[in-house]
Amino acid sequence: MSPAISPFALFFASIFTSNILLANFLGMCSFVSISKDMTSSNGLGLAVVVVLTVTTGVNWAVLQLLEALGLVYLRFIVFIIVIAAVVQMLEMIIDRVSQTLYMNLGIFLPLITVNCAILGVSLFMEIRSYSFIQSIVFGFGSGLGWWLAIMALSAIRKKVDKAPVPAGLKGAGITMITIGFMAMAFIGFSGMLQVQ
Amino acid sequence: MSDVDTRPGAILKNNLWTSNPIFMQVLGICSALAVTNLLTNTAIMTIGVTLVTGFSSMTVSLLKGFMPRKVRMMVQTLIIAFYVIIVDIALKAYLPEISRNLGPYVGLIITNCIIMGRAEAFAQSNGPVISFWDGVTSGLGYMGVLMLIAFVRELLGFGTLFGFQILPESFIPWTIMVVPPSAFFLLGFVIWAGKSAMNRKGAPA
Repeated sequence: MSPAISPFALFFASIFTSNILLANFLGMCSFVSISKDMTSSNGLGLAVVVVLTVTTGVNWAVLQLLEALGLVYLRFIVFIIVIAAVVQMLEMIIDRVSQTLYMNLGIFLPLITVNCAILGVSLFMEIRSYSFIQSIVFGFGSGLGWWLAIMALSAIRKKVDKAPVPAGLKGAGITMITIGFMAMAFIGFSGMLQVQ
Repeated sequence: MSDVDTRPGAILKNNLWTSNPIFMQVLGICSALAVTNLLTNTAIMTIGVTLVTGFSSMTVSLLKGFMPRKVRMMVQTLIIAFYVIIVDIALKAYLPEISRNLGPYVGLIITNCIIMGRAEAFAQSNGPVISFWDGVTSGLGYMGVLMLIAFVRELLGFGTLFGFQILPESFIPWTIMVVPPSAFFLLGFVIWAGKSAMNRKGAPA
């Protein structure tokens, strides 16, 4: 009963019109703290793309298994464990394959386990009952959308740092308002296609 | 944060105001901002968060002697997930309508950083009863801010409060309040107001 939406449309929708961060508020915690620094934002964004794509695929398969066994109510626990396991495995694989990549991504991988975006995408995938291809595309697109959003925000924050901001608004306050403006810009895309 | 003062009154004041999880620490906003467009949804969601924080802090505190340090994050996550599943099933059984509105956001309570944060910062080193109190008050601090945002969004976006018509028919709803950006703006303003009030009192910024 997966919704009749082409993977291509879903891909663009998950990046722009229903951006995981700006429209669904997921992955905010690390977003606000990491976006101070552009290099870290880039690393974290890249890690999120990889982890989201892999975990959404794996969780899709796990969900089919749970449904067959009638254990769907266990999905929260199982999704979390799958995410933690995938992150751990990716860390080991990257460590083996490329030391430079490990130096760049390594410290961000553990952070990702508690990133709401990862669990959120898996739960959206379940609620909207996507097919396997749709799930993978949705995970990948959402990751790219998140990466785009964090890079844009960290670039804007560089400028904001030099601007005179009222004392109470410094830091988190002005960041929220910046994100609000970004979200408004992204709403402009919503005329193109809708996914819900 | 000072872990020294463990009197119930001091904890209440600390969690509701001086180190409010949202405007002082900017924690746990991910799972809840999306539901702030209607007061009813926000109320149910934050009550869920409060209960989960309280009970998981209590459980972590009870089990702290048995948990090997290396796997404690995993154990804490599982404890939290356990309570979230209970909340999810209870909502589905008694409030199916609201459960459908909240959608995936109930499950996302698991990754709410406040819960893990309280378990790590407080429950690890304190008794079960006071940990429960600490969790509940943190949840209330969180609830206060989100209810404020939801109040403004529902009133101006729909002209209603808890689903009841408050503003006259002639009132034109503000579309901006229904769409996501308004939550960011309002949260920004709440943080601004909270921090300014605190700076004025001379507390460290």
